Amino acid sequence: MQLTPQQIEDAAKELYIRALKVLPPDIKSGFARIDATETTPVAQGIIKTMLRNITVAEATDNLLCQDTGMPIYNVVIGRDVAIDGHALKEAIRRGCARATREYPLRSSVVHPITRRNEHTSCGPEVPVIHLDFNDAAETLSIEMIPKGSGSENGSFLKMAIPAEGVNAIKTFVIDCVLSAGGKTCPPVIVGVGVGGTSDLCVHLAKRAATRPLGSRCTDPAGARLEEELAAAVNSLGIGPQGLGGDSTAFAVHIELAATHITMNPVAVNMQCHSARRARATFTPAGLEYGF
Amino acid sequence: MAHVDLTTPVTEAQMRGLRVNDTVTLHGTLFGIRDATQIHMFDRARRTKFDLQGHAVIHTAPNVKKVPPSPEHPAGYAPVCIGTTTSDRMERFTGPLMTREGVRIIIGKGGMREGTLKAFAEIGGIYLAIIGGTAALETTWIEQIEDVDMDDLNPESLWKFRIKGFGPLLVAMDSHGGSLYETVNQDAAGRRAAALAGLGISA
Repeated sequence: MQLTPQQIEDAAKELYIRALKVLPPDIKSGFARIDATETTPVAQGIIKTMLRNITVAEATDNLLCQDTGMPIYNVVIGRDVAIDGHALKEAIRRGCARATREYPLRSSVVHPITRRNEHTSCGPEVPVIHLDFNDAAETLSIEMIPKGSGSENGSFLKMAIPAEGVNAIKTFVIDCVLSAGGKTCPPVIVGVGVGGTSDLCVHLAKRAATRPLGSRCTDPAGARLEEELAAAVNSLGIGPQGLGGDSTAFAVHIELAATHITMNPVAVNMQCHSARRARATFTPAGLEYGF
Repeated sequence: MAHVDLTTPVTEAQMRGLRVNDTVTLHGTLFGIRDATQIHMFDRARRTKFDLQGHAVIHTAPNVKKVPPSPEHPAGYAPVCIGTTTSDRMERFTGPLMTREGVRIIIGKGGMREGTLKAFAEIGGIYLAIIGGTAALETTWIEQIEDVDMDDLNPESLWKFRIKGFGPLLVAMDSHGGSLYETVNQDAAGRRAAALAGLGISA
């Protein structure tokens, strides 16, 4: 399968807009679940308003949230796909800028020192583009995540040590959720990275935070920890928007990597309730959009 | 737990009459303000052309579309999607916003801290919690972008919105020392030990 930069650019533009407008079905299911189980009246009202917003956004063809976020593109290239790698990255950048200018979207991206906004949602190293490969025949998929800043500011890393054990991981997650309170726009998905190097650990936390609801960590020890931590986090009573309730987190997700004998790193990255994602999949049959 | 409809600007007496858990629906004018707006106003001594006395501000930076100025869009901007950002980052600006500019209502999400509560108690103001991430709904409460100032900071300009039926919003911080966030955070901190015990960690 041969793909042109123009095909990638058009998809990158379309993905940004789609991601901002329609929540993935797994997140909607997560809302239905907490709507049915929440017991605090204020929290019940907040969840109802969030559900109403999802309906209004779809009915008015509007963005779910004003925060157009930090644009992240996760590209996975299968076997027998012919694409110029450099051109692909440039095409994603152009698509991201076009979505911003042509829709138009608020460019939320500024230079970190001058704070200058180019009004393209682009800047040095942004959009964030991750490239990976798998063995799917003639398939290229692009996942787009507009990562909201309220939840992204709820990001933490601790280089714990082996003597502190798994208890350091558990305690850190609880303390991060406590310190974030309502600032991360709960109900959230708490993404936890365990192991790796410091940079990999933080990346794993982001991958965990943006994983579909209902998915489990593929490692059995990680999956067990997810369940334990979800119950603990929701026992804190922070609730939707930090105004109290049972529904602090839809879930706790863990992604892990091997680490050094001297290390025990843990990172937390939160995803807000507007947990937006969109996916474009190219195959010889054509281009399909989904989640 | 009363509900009131308020038209801006509001008075100190109106603010003192409200307590946490009351609800408010706003009408009239609402000003949009954000990090860069307040950094420029208070750290770089920039002054706005708007009179904010007795007014409400919302922590926002909207999605807008540039259009030719018309009676419908006098500022040359049509609203696309207008929502709310996390307030906590702007905690240190509440005092100057109230004392220098006369603002009495802050609308935001996630709550603010002691400095804000103190300013509300001293001067008479409230924090109204809007539900973060519900911008599509919020946009339907905004009739028009009437005017804009400090637009070199776009999208973090100082926006003047005309609103109708903006709410209902929850009074989450009041002028009597009440803060729902403080209550929830204290309760949550009190549950920390039990949560850790449940994870097999003793104090």
